[in-house]
Order: sequence, then structure tokens, then C-alpha cells
Amino acid sequence: MSDCMIIDARDTYCPGPLMELITYMKQANVGDILELLSTDEGSGADVPEWVDKVGHEILSNEKIDGVWHIKIRKAK
Amino acid sequence: MRILVVGGGTGGTIVANNLARRLSSETRNRKVRITMLSASDKHMYQPGLLYVAFGQMTPDELYRDQKSLLESSIDFYVDPVEKFHLDKNNVVTKSGKTHEYDILVIATGSRIVPEQIPGLSEGAETFYTEASAVQLFKRLRNFEGGKIAVVVGVPHKCPIAPVELIFSMHDYFKSRGIRDKVEIKYHYPIGRIHTIENVAKWAKPEFDRMGIEYETLFNVKEVDIANNVVRSEEETESHYDLLIAIPPHCGMEVIEDNNLGVGGWIPTDRHKLTMNGFDNVYVVGDTTNLPVSKTGSAAHFEAEVISENIASIIKIGTPVRDYDGKVYCFIETGHDSATYAMFNYKNPPDLKPSSQPMHWFKMAYNKMYWTSVRGLL
Repeated sequence: MSDCMIIDARDTYCPGPLMELITYMKQANVGDILELLSTDEGSGADVPEWVDKVGHEILSNEKIDGVWHIKIRKAK
Repeated sequence: MRILVVGGGTGGTIVANNLARRLSSETRNRKVRITMLSASDKHMYQPGLLYVAFGQMTPDELYRDQKSLLESSIDFYVDPVEKFHLDKNNVVTKSGKTHEYDILVIATGSRIVPEQIPGLSEGAETFYTEASAVQLFKRLRNFEGGKIAVVVGVPHKCPIAPVELIFSMHDYFKSRGIRDKVEIKYHYPIGRIHTIENVAKWAKPEFDRMGIEYETLFNVKEVDIANNVVRSEEETESHYDLLIAIPPHCGMEVIEDNNLGVGGWIPTDRHKLTMNGFDNVYVVGDTTNLPVSKTGSAAHFEAEVISENIASIIKIGTPVRDYDGKVYCFIETGHDSATYAMFNYKNPPDLKPSSQPMHWFKMAYNKMYWTSVRGLL
């Protein structure tokens, strides 16, 4: 996997941004960085909640022009 | 013009039939040839497996001969593809035959991979295959009381299935008069009980009414068969007497073996439905990496767009439609009621109250599917 993989989950309701992130996180190697793009208003809070609970690492979390850009490092 | 459809599931079959009808004069004049390659001579109506799991359908009702579903102008071979040579516009099949194409449609689908989670294959029942659905029904029929845990792998086909399973189990045990002896605990990977926010908002009070316990942010890590315990990546665990899993899914091995997409999911343009980097290769249904539901419904709507565009490219030299992400899913809310979720890339579903007529419509659709897959509905 590349150094930073973009997961474009904008404008999706099912399976939804967090489910997309979990899918790609399973395929990633420890240390890989993934950036989730989401237009789901809840992603700014939902995604960090899951990332923290599982034990991965949030590198950045910002909303730009209505799109959440959340960068995560797979930690385990 | 040679059009090759690889895969005979819902998406591939609708594309092939729809094309055969749109291009009937071209196929008669031999200007267009449509070929389908499939791994099986049978076609399964997969949503019927949920009914098999509750003794409401038998497996033989789920199958038709694939050939009988196809327009007569389609050349059909049971000979799965093993090699994709996209740079040479050909594929090589298991029998060793090479098929050249001008336009390729990849519709190979997905498969369950419970083996990705330690203990899941051995310790959990499921209903995503004929044998497992029958086995689950036998377990449910013999279940006299105790704790049932339902866990959900990621990604999975038919995202509505987990809640349908819960509603069906509630009604099933109620009808047997032992609902008060059965504890049902539902575990879901994200922070609400369904990935679609409106479905989660609608289902939560229903779960509360039915006495369903639930735990969110639960991604299955392992099943400890010896102790009847299922553990999560989030470091929690649940005990069970009967474990039922919505298993994780992957794309087909042939996609990964040919380096067409990680996990067997092919990178696909979300509107054109072409494979990224290949304008003459279309991808339909579960095979795409699109952020839409892996369901027959999504495959159906994608297939209509793909076939209309291929036909228009042949007739007028340009595609005419974009896929808008449309999905329509029935939601069985028990054994005598249902509702539905319809959405696309821009519009979330707006759930209506469940009703008996909608359940009847779903039951009718279970039969109408065979008309739908022929491209007639």
C-alpha cells in the first residue's frame, strides 16, 4: 500500500464513511497512513471515536469546503 | 463489435440481457456479438437465503438454469476466466480458451471469507450459502433458550441483512412461544446500530421494543470456541450459546490474482462505471470498489446504466447516462411486515413505517426477480 491512501467516501450513505475506513484499514499494514474523505457531518466525531477505541492514531482531522479530511495511521 | 460479460450473477445477467434487447438488430446482422462466461450453469437468488434460514423457503426455490435466463442471442459458456489481459483485450479461461473483446464487463461478484477471523468459520453459524442457511435453520429450530450473539464482519454484502436477521429471529421465537427464553445481543462495527443513519434512528426504538440488547463499535477479532466467547478489536467480549455471523466478504480471487484490485474490488469510476484507466472495461455489482451497498439492487441499477451506455456507444458513439448511486432495498421487519430504503449519492433514505403490503410486495418480488434478471422489469 502507498504511504498515504485516499479513501473517497464522499456522498455515500451505505456502507458509509466509517465502514469504508474499516474495510481499508483491514487491508492496510501497520504504519500505513490512510486519509478518509467524507461529507457525512458526523464523521468528524464518529471516526476519531472508533480510531481511539481500537488504538490507531489520528494524525489530522479538518473540514475543508464541506469535506472532512481525516488522516489516520494504522497502529496495530 | 465483441462484448464479453464475465460473470453470470445479477449484474452480469442484466447487462447481457439488456444489451441483447437493445442491440437485437445488430446481433441479428452479426455486427455485435455478446458472450457470457460464468463459473456456474446455475443462477442463485441470494436474498432468498434469509428465508431458508427461517424455514420459509427451501433451497431449490432459489435456483434457475443460467442459460434459461439469457436471451437466445447471447453465447453462454460455463468456463470461468483465469487470466485477464486488459492490455491485449482478451481473457483466458479455465479450459484454456482465449476470448477477444472490444468491450469487457466484469461482474465476478464477491465471496464470504469467514476464515479471516480466527474461530469464526468453526464457531459461528451464518446464512450466506445454501448449506449454512439450512444449518442455521436447524440450529434455530432446535434452540430452546439461551443467549444468541449476532456479529457483523466488514465489508459485507447486503447491509440490511443484519437488522432483518434480528427482526426475523424475534418473530420466529415469538411464534414458537419461547421469545422470553431467548436473549438476543446484536453487535455492530460502527457507533450506531446501522450504517445508514436514518435506518439506525428507525431501528433503535424497534430494537428497544423487542428487547434486543446491542453493542456498537464491535469489530469481531476472534471467536473463542472452547469458552463460547466472541471478542472485538475494541477489547470487549460477549458470551453466547449460539453465535450468528454476517461474515466479512472479499472480491473474487481471480481479481486479486490478476492484480485488478486490492481485496478483489476493482477501482471503478463512480459515475461512468468503467474501470479506472480502461475506458472499454466496465465493472458492475459487488466487484466494484464503489462506496455503495454490495447488493443485487445496486448491481441492477448499475447494470441498466452500463448496458444503456454500451448500446449508445455502439449506436451513436457516446454514452448517455451516469450512475447516480441509486440503491433500493427492501427491509423485512419481521415475518409479516416490511419497509424499504431508497437512496443515491446525494439523497439519504427516508424510511417509511413498516407495513404488511410492503412485505407482500417483497414476497412478490422474490418471484418477480426472475423477470427482473432477464432485463424485463
